Amino acid sequence: MRFTTRLLTTAVIASAFAAPAMAEGTLDKIKSSGVIVLGHRDASIPFSYLANDPTKPIGYSHDLQLKVVEAVKKQLKMPNLQVRYNLVTSQTRIPLVQNGTVDLECGSTTNNLERQKQVAFSVGIFEIGTRLLTAKTSGIKDFPDLKGKNVVTTAGTTSERLLKAMNAEKQMGMNIISAKDHGESFLMLESGRAVAFMMDDALLYGEMAKAKNPGNWVVTGKPQSFEIYGCMMRKEDPAFKKVVDDALKATFKSGEVNKIYSKWFMAPVPPKGLNLNFPMSDEFKSLVAKPTDKSAEEM
Amino acid sequence: MNYNWDWNIFFKSTGIGSEIYLDWFVSGLGWTIAVALVAWIIALLLGSVLGVMRTLPGKALPAIATGYVELFRNVPLLVQLFMWYFVVPDYLPEPLQTWFKQDLNPATSAYVSVVVCLALFTAARVCEQVRTGIQALPKGQSAAALAVGFSIGQTYRHVLLPQAFRIIIPPLTSEFLNIFKNSSVASLIGLMELLAQTKQTAEFSANIFEAFTLATVIYFVLNMSLMALMNLVEKKVRIPGMMGGAK
Repeated sequence: MRFTTRLLTTAVIASAFAAPAMAEGTLDKIKSSGVIVLGHRDASIPFSYLANDPTKPIGYSHDLQLKVVEAVKKQLKMPNLQVRYNLVTSQTRIPLVQNGTVDLECGSTTNNLERQKQVAFSVGIFEIGTRLLTAKTSGIKDFPDLKGKNVVTTAGTTSERLLKAMNAEKQMGMNIISAKDHGESFLMLESGRAVAFMMDDALLYGEMAKAKNPGNWVVTGKPQSFEIYGCMMRKEDPAFKKVVDDALKATFKSGEVNKIYSKWFMAPVPPKGLNLNFPMSDEFKSLVAKPTDKSAEEM
Repeated sequence: MNYNWDWNIFFKSTGIGSEIYLDWFVSGLGWTIAVALVAWIIALLLGSVLGVMRTLPGKALPAIATGYVELFRNVPLLVQLFMWYFVVPDYLPEPLQTWFKQDLNPATSAYVSVVVCLALFTAARVCEQVRTGIQALPKGQSAAALAVGFSIGQTYRHVLLPQAFRIIIPPLTSEFLNIFKNSSVASLIGLMELLAQTKQTAEFSANIFEAFTLATVIYFVLNMSLMALMNLVEKKVRIPGMMGGAK
């Protein structure tokens, strides 16, 4: 009895760790299965989210993802290549790419050195600055004004790390709330639990557009960091990475990216028909001019 | 799967002050224990009162206790937590509302909400254990106690409860362990307990499996130790000759 239990435990542990080796490249996998699996988010507005059709994501990053699918079809000469969608969260996205469930994830994933140990990133598809959202009447203009105040940010983001580091280094005495997602962070701000919400500026504009009275809020403060979003794929697969990068670079070069950008950031977007009014930043313009798969910290 | 394992991650710097990731787990464990223990004490007291109420003669008191159990047992824990954290504070009178939402440290207000939530939720479950413990005793015991002139209070105090509590130690142990596991809901309102610190480590380091493996081990060891402790208590208070407790 004892022995059987131990044997069983060993078997369970072993099977958990000894996942099948992914010797074949992503392109071979797509070719043999006839399907490409796209990872998407459910609420990263306007990058990758679900609006009216719960089976099909939409968004800026998703449009770029479809450009890659076109390129894969051409490369493999498979015009009837099937697309399957797989919803990921910030916690599942990396393991699902690694274990072969998802072939390509495009959402709002920051390219950073920690993640580069686990996955490969495409050339950058967006660049954000981390800033503050606050009420126009709050009197908060920049980060030093946050001394001794309650500040909210979303758990697991770079903003959380920056805010905590700033609090420790400059002894600002802030109370930092880590909410579970951007919607909840904004709720903390709106309900008065926090005076400011630190996050990627594009996402702040997204939250502001969803507010009851968008005119009451303002995005302010000097960006504390710049971050480059990229699409994630498995490491050590240069053939697939080249197809992805080339497709994105071509979209940048032809200027088509400007059209896609305007569609999601300068015009009303589903589901509520809100306009984010978020003009293209100089940082992002230079990224489009000179595409790179490096993270912002490496530049 | 080409995953980059790194078990040394727990000893690496988090990039915030001089903290290493292991410090986060230690502080997370501290919050988990602080939430669960305080909530458990309240749940045990309130649940016992409610459990007694359900077995009392008459109509009103048992009905109140039954209503309580149905309400708290049939609404998902997470929904209850969001009620206590987001909805209830908005209905507090001023200046209490501003004090709770703005002046109080956010960790404290989250802590209060989650302790209240877990205590009231678990009290409903403790109530049911206490009720069944009392009802498992032969009817003749309370009848005999009343016949020799004990009041209802004395009957419960000296005859029914001392036996009932001994009977229900095993199911109560399970509730006791549950409250530790359920305390992980606190991560969803920003209290940095064990699960929240695990998720944070996973996000910051991108060493997701290591972080969740350590959390699994910590929860497992914690619960196994609590179970061993409760087994000791059970042995210690056992009445010889009862419940298979041979002398």
